[in-house]
Amino acid sequence: MSIEQREARQPWILLTPALTAIVLLLIVPLMFIIVYSFWLKSAAGADTPGFFLDNWQEALTDPFYRDILLNTLKIAAVTTVACALLGYPAAYFIARSKGNRLVLLVLLMLPFWISYIIRTMSWINILGVSGALNSAMIWIGVIDEPIQMLYNETTVILGLVHFLLPFMVLNIFVSLEGIDTNLEDAANSLGATRWQGFLQVTLPLSLPGLAAGGLLCFVLAAGTYITPVILGGPRDAMFANLVYEAIIRQLNWPLGSALSLMLLVVLGVLVLIYNRYLGMAQLAKGLG
Amino acid sequence: MGWRLIRIYTILVYMFMFLPIAVVVLLSFNANQFGSFPMTGLSTHWFEVLWENDAIMRAFRTSIVLGLMTAVISTVLGVLASLALVRYKVPGRNLITTMLIAPILVPEVVLAVALLLFLNFLDIGKSFTLLLLGHVIFTLPFVILVVQARLVSIKRDVEEAALSLGASPRQTFFAITLPLLMPAVAAGGLFAFTISFDDITGTLFWKPGGIETVPTQIFSMLRNSISPEINALGTVMIVLTVGLPLIGAAIARTLATRSGG
Repeated sequence: MSIEQREARQPWILLTPALTAIVLLLIVPLMFIIVYSFWLKSAAGADTPGFFLDNWQEALTDPFYRDILLNTLKIAAVTTVACALLGYPAAYFIARSKGNRLVLLVLLMLPFWISYIIRTMSWINILGVSGALNSAMIWIGVIDEPIQMLYNETTVILGLVHFLLPFMVLNIFVSLEGIDTNLEDAANSLGATRWQGFLQVTLPLSLPGLAAGGLLCFVLAAGTYITPVILGGPRDAMFANLVYEAIIRQLNWPLGSALSLMLLVVLGVLVLIYNRYLGMAQLAKGLG
Repeated sequence: MGWRLIRIYTILVYMFMFLPIAVVVLLSFNANQFGSFPMTGLSTHWFEVLWENDAIMRAFRTSIVLGLMTAVISTVLGVLASLALVRYKVPGRNLITTMLIAPILVPEVVLAVALLLFLNFLDIGKSFTLLLLGHVIFTLPFVILVVQARLVSIKRDVEEAALSLGASPRQTFFAITLPLLMPAVAAGGLFAFTISFDDITGTLFWKPGGIETVPTQIFSMLRNSISPEINALGTVMIVLTVGLPLIGAAIARTLATRSGG
């Protein structure tokens, strides 16, 4: 074998283990649940293979599933907007500050290292009946009896924003970091106010980072299972909770497959639109 | 004026991110017998209770073993793939990159369901093996992104020099490339370990009955109510997942300066 041939083969040898893992543990399983969603749940024993449209009919026409899907998307959208509003000024501050920039960046990374479930349940200490806020208000004398602030849709969104904000800030920071500050100075010297300079130069140039952060926040929020269970009430189930119910509790795997695929398609369309206009490179930049 | 406003805003955003976590740490040292406010004093009582809780200690061992195995497998796969993508011209590299980071793009619940159903079909039911395979596929993209970012900064010149001075490709790899790679390998492994240690959604789908990891253990304890023990456990986990990497980074830096790098 010539050296050239060997050179050409080498990357494939290096890639084989990872690609095999992805194909066998992700791609084939995804195709498998497409098939499985057309099977039929049997009352007892193994599910019946075949081509039945029952699960899809149930998943797509039952208003119960539709309402929860729409509500899940609404929660994800509100979360994403809240993250952008909270995150953009902070990212701008980090990108333009000189002295404490490194400290702020390290602090921004810290939440990634702190357990998701600990961060989620930490709000119970703050908002719970015997939490910090109730204790403080009773101590000041604003209220006599503790009020239940937890277990509603607002606290679910609060928990999601708390979890996803670092993703947003980091992505915006990465794109602000890549903008030449001379551009803003040029705008100013040509008579634009600082605000105009920001609106017409910096903001448009940072949109790719905002979009990457937004996509991550939306997809992660819409697929979340834990936050509604810990911080939501009985009526705040999100779509992933339905999937868990079907698969783990009711053991209705065909229906669970159909529901999973519904979620995948809805979020997949978003990812594809994003990829079409902005490409995956921006996302990889923010994650790396 | 505007700048000061942004500064205050940023401070508030950081307080929003960290105050709840600070309260967890604070309450874990609470002497109050219910573990809630008002705090009556400082004590390490809840850590002692934690230490004597067998279920939690078992969960810790499970999480550590699972995390270490995940880290080793993911890092080996991830480093090899990253080498190929950074060092060689691979046809169709965009498609390959998208495929390799696909597990991040697929919602974790969907990934969990697909893997559970498919492996069950292959007669691998809920088990430690399923848990391990799930964690590997879930951490792999993160390892690849981190390792690739590090690899780009390593120059090829040194390797080419070694080759031109008569070293064999194998010698070059072990004497030059691998030592230069070590920081990337360490970063990837640490990242995989932390993600695996922290994972809960997939784990709830894959774990067999009777096996708990630390997050699923906390999750089942939360079903009842928040106990001060959970705050103590939270503090221990924060120290482990934040403290250890920082110490690791410090050691790596000391070693690097000592070896003149």
